[in-house]
Amino acid sequence: MNRTVLDLWVGLFVIAGIVSLLFLALKVGSMNTVKTADSYEIIARFDNIGGLKPRAPVKSAGVVVGRVADIRFDNETYEAAVTLRIDKRYAFPMDTSAAIMTSGLLGEQYIGLEAGGDEQKLKDKDRITLTQSAVVLENLIGQFIYGKAQEGTPQ
Amino acid sequence: MSGFGHCLRVKSLQDDTLVEITDATFGYGVRQVLKGINLTARRGQVVAIMGSSGCGKTTLLRLIGGQVRAGQGTVRVAGESVGELDRAGLYRLRRKMGMLFQFGALFTDISVFDNVAFQLREHTDLPEDAIRDLVLMKLHAVGLRGAADLMPSELSGGMARRVALARAIALDPMLVMYDEPFAGLDPISLGVTGNLIRRLTDTLGLTSLVVTHDVQESLKIVDYVYFVSEGVIVAEGTADEIRASTLPYVHQFVHGEADGPMPFHYPAPTYAEDLGLEAQGA
Amino acid sequence: MLRRSIEGLGQRTIEGVWRIGFAARFFGVMLLHSGTAFQRFGLTIREMYFSGVLSLIIILVSGLFVGMVLGLQGYETLQRYGSESALGTLVALSLVRELGPVLAGLLFASRAGSAITAEIGLMKATEQLSAMEMMAVDPIARVVAPRFWAGVISMPVLAALFSAMGIFGGYLVGVHLIGVDEGSFWSQMQGAVDFEQDILNGVIKSVVFGIAITTIALFEGYDAPPTAEGVSGATTRTVVTSSLAVLALDFALTAFMFRGIN
Repeated sequence: MNRTVLDLWVGLFVIAGIVSLLFLALKVGSMNTVKTADSYEIIARFDNIGGLKPRAPVKSAGVVVGRVADIRFDNETYEAAVTLRIDKRYAFPMDTSAAIMTSGLLGEQYIGLEAGGDEQKLKDKDRITLTQSAVVLENLIGQFIYGKAQEGTPQ
Repeated sequence: MSGFGHCLRVKSLQDDTLVEITDATFGYGVRQVLKGINLTARRGQVVAIMGSSGCGKTTLLRLIGGQVRAGQGTVRVAGESVGELDRAGLYRLRRKMGMLFQFGALFTDISVFDNVAFQLREHTDLPEDAIRDLVLMKLHAVGLRGAADLMPSELSGGMARRVALARAIALDPMLVMYDEPFAGLDPISLGVTGNLIRRLTDTLGLTSLVVTHDVQESLKIVDYVYFVSEGVIVAEGTADEIRASTLPYVHQFVHGEADGPMPFHYPAPTYAEDLGLEAQGA
Repeated sequence: MLRRSIEGLGQRTIEGVWRIGFAARFFGVMLLHSGTAFQRFGLTIREMYFSGVLSLIIILVSGLFVGMVLGLQGYETLQRYGSESALGTLVALSLVRELGPVLAGLLFASRAGSAITAEIGLMKATEQLSAMEMMAVDPIARVVAPRFWAGVISMPVLAALFSAMGIFGGYLVGVHLIGVDEGSFWSQMQGAVDFEQDILNGVIKSVVFGIAITTIALFEGYDAPPTAEGVSGATTRTVVTSSLAVLALDFALTAFMFRGIN
């Protein structure tokens, strides 16, 4: 079997395919699914998560440090149990607080972590106790109207 | 022990039958194409199977090649029952057969050389220069050594047929089957092809089975002829016997008469009836 | 009259079921006899040249134009909401998830699929497949299986090239023609496109399309009546059936893959 010009073309074809896949992987997408191996999980409970979805970013000081891995409803406490998968490179104090925030007025929802001052760091399967639920726009508007109405009533 | 060997040799000397078909039937669905065929071809012979178009001659070749299986009866090639062979056995047997298809059936995407080399490359581990020698020998035998580098689309009908013949004999088979080797050839190519079949059969020690409806050309070269009509053998004999035959069907066929046992008219109501003459008369 | 039409319907149904069964067996036999396609990989490479390399130009040019149109239309819509910076995300996600595999599949079906059917159909009509069988060479292993694997390998390559070319087209229009900020174009794209969820799923889609298209094309050719009308009819059926198969499979795969997300 001899080498032919045809082999060259097919070789170029395959290489072009691999290059474009690499381009898609590196330049277009990001390998931002945090691998299980180099991450740890912490659990945060919220009264209301609003529109939070699995795979939503977890940010601290605006930097993405992890992703929401799982959202479950706890039937005993009637709360939402959110599992956060955090990159191993980042460690947070025990008294870190988590809040559900919205990027912009109508943007996607994410979890913001605010570091505390504890010496001890959060470990795998630890629980964040200080949480702040999502701001539900309807409640906000309701409160606003209620407040206006109260202002308007003569005392 | 020696007696046993002696016995075998005698048997092979006497029994030089290569192809033997006994009471073979075959049908596509409900339509019976072959209704009990008996046919024998001896080693070294050129045997012709003749008959009008669509009488099941090609099906007969497919039976021998094992591409279809007989409904009843047996087909034996070199002592092996083709219908009972498994896939591997069939493929082993087919390596000893060559077949020339009606229009050559050359592989159109490779050159003449590669066509003839095809089986050598598929079935042997010969080095490329040995294959080259063999291919050129086969092409030389059909007079087309100079056409080795042409593509099949550049060949005339007669040349394509000869290349296909070279391809069919590439592995030195014991049996070569020809499906209408004379169809659509000019008179010169016709003579060339006929002579080639006879010469290759004699020089290479082949057995040739020729399916054809070209009586004049094939009677010049064959040893034995079978006439097939409507799925049965209606006549058989040597070339001279066939020429002299007084059987109406054979006579019509050999002399190319328009009407006879094979009617010129397709079955129809009477002419007068169709034209409405009888209705007018009534 | 009624009876005849019912009979006709019944006959066509039986015929259809029969064909599906034969196609399934054909697919199985083809997989079983794939050994040759890998042992003699040269055969497969040769077919990759015909179905893959020769489809390159149409794939690259179409990809570029589709990306450019996406850039224009996407900008037109996004700027109404003041989110032009999401143009990169829009172009990349639509190409990588949907348009890349699907359009590359449709182009592959009409460019390579039809050629495969016509070739196999003609080989059958001119008795080349029979001749091969009589030479003790299995046409499924020698002719059909290498074409199948060549198609299955070529299809994801073509889809990836289509997507990459499309994103480049969107970039040309968005950044250089309209003037969207280059930095936000790429960074928003990277933030939104996930390797596993989006790119790998797109690759899986294109592999499935490759299997479907080449199987349909090969089967139609192998099953074509050995006449001129038979082969031309089979070629038409290949393009129609495999295009529909691509679209239907795309729906099924999308529903399956992106079920949990957003």
